[in-house]
Amino acid sequence: MTEVVTGVSGVTRDSGVQPPWALLAELSHGCPLHCAYCSNPTELVGRSEELTTAQWAEVFRQAADLGVVQSHLSGGEPLLRRDLTGIVAAADGAGIHTQLVTSGVGLHEKRLAALTAAGLRSVQLSVQHADPRASELIAGARSFAAKERAARLVRDAELPLGLNVVLHRANLDAVDDLVELGLAWGAERIELANTQFYGWALRNREALMPDREQIARAREGVERWRGRLAGRMELVWVVPDYIDGTAKPCMGGWGALSLTVAPDGTVYPCPAAAALPGLDAPNVKDHRLEWIWRESKTFNLYRGEEWMGDPCRGCELRTKDFGGCRCQAYALTGDATRTDPACHLSPDHALVRDLVDRPRLPGPMVAPAYAYRKEGP
Amino acid sequence: MTWRPVLSRSVVFRHDRVRGADLLVLPERVVVLQGNAGSIVRLCDGVRDVDAIVAELAERHPGAPVAEEVPVFLGRLRKEGWLK
Repeated sequence: MTEVVTGVSGVTRDSGVQPPWALLAELSHGCPLHCAYCSNPTELVGRSEELTTAQWAEVFRQAADLGVVQSHLSGGEPLLRRDLTGIVAAADGAGIHTQLVTSGVGLHEKRLAALTAAGLRSVQLSVQHADPRASELIAGARSFAAKERAARLVRDAELPLGLNVVLHRANLDAVDDLVELGLAWGAERIELANTQFYGWALRNREALMPDREQIARAREGVERWRGRLAGRMELVWVVPDYIDGTAKPCMGGWGALSLTVAPDGTVYPCPAAAALPGLDAPNVKDHRLEWIWRESKTFNLYRGEEWMGDPCRGCELRTKDFGGCRCQAYALTGDATRTDPACHLSPDHALVRDLVDRPRLPGPMVAPAYAYRKEGP
Repeated sequence: MTWRPVLSRSVVFRHDRVRGADLLVLPERVVVLQGNAGSIVRLCDGVRDVDAIVAELAERHPGAPVAEEVPVFLGRLRKEGWLK
């Protein structure tokens, strides 16, 4: 996700609604992979409901006017959009930096050359495991060879390559192998992102949940590699909030830094927010993006601190974690306005502790019962 | 070897007309450049060396502590991996 470094010497923040920096464009919920950890909503948008090329181009024009400078072209699998080159050209033409977020399946030399010519700036490739068989078991599809090829193509095209690995019970013990894979594939950055439990991942929480020892070992491994890789590769560790007992500063605050446009044009403050009840999320087909960002009820619902109750209201952490994640508060307590139960100060934190410390069968992957991500009719 | 600073390929330098600021845009990060930082980065074209950049800025800003501050600033950007 986008991090805004304000300053090479500090910036003053005005009061009032600030413009967004980044846009996550979910171009399609279709995907050749069926990963059980997918954070897409369990109610996926069908392909026939997707925005057209012209509609996406208009989204990017309006986003640029609003202040967006960076976009992640994601999904699902964005390569399923046959008009992806046109979408990249539209974003780049509006002055927005584009990064393709892909499984690598469907990336061919000619396709990448066209995307690069259209202005694509960077590629982030998902990896499930360093071992081909384990990788395909997690993805629920043959895909490892396609990923290896995609990495090579991106390097040959001299585009920056990042790997994104969602970490969970079945691959946390492979951190060393994953970093070595990243080195072999020429990645400049690896994001080791502990599973965030939304959408399909929430449904598969039991099978994905690591234990505390696994996390401790992986964290040590990452620290060792950081020392060795300094200056060669950036290694990002996205914290396991359930285990750390610390609420994440979700999205940098509700309606603060970025917005998500779903395949059908519905606009959300975050990619998981479709699961929240009563959100009444607006659509780019009905409203201008500026109104959606500044005025809509959806984007103002949890903006700032007004909505906060105790213990967030009087807590000094609120300026750092913004009360944590609304979707997680809802998923665990049924009330989106409560303090994120991942926080050790939350009165609901026992819910999280019990999930982590629940006795489980030994071993990293004893016949995991994944509910693989499937598209609807 | 003389260092001729140039932006890394994952970094895009641009002006942000909405915020009236110069930015470095990276795949996962946006860096807001303050004050005259943008006018320094603009000279990092892989052709000019640090001395040439300092000389050009000194001419533009007589009396400013360019010779002290600019190499330090460029060094910080190199350490971040944004300049090569």
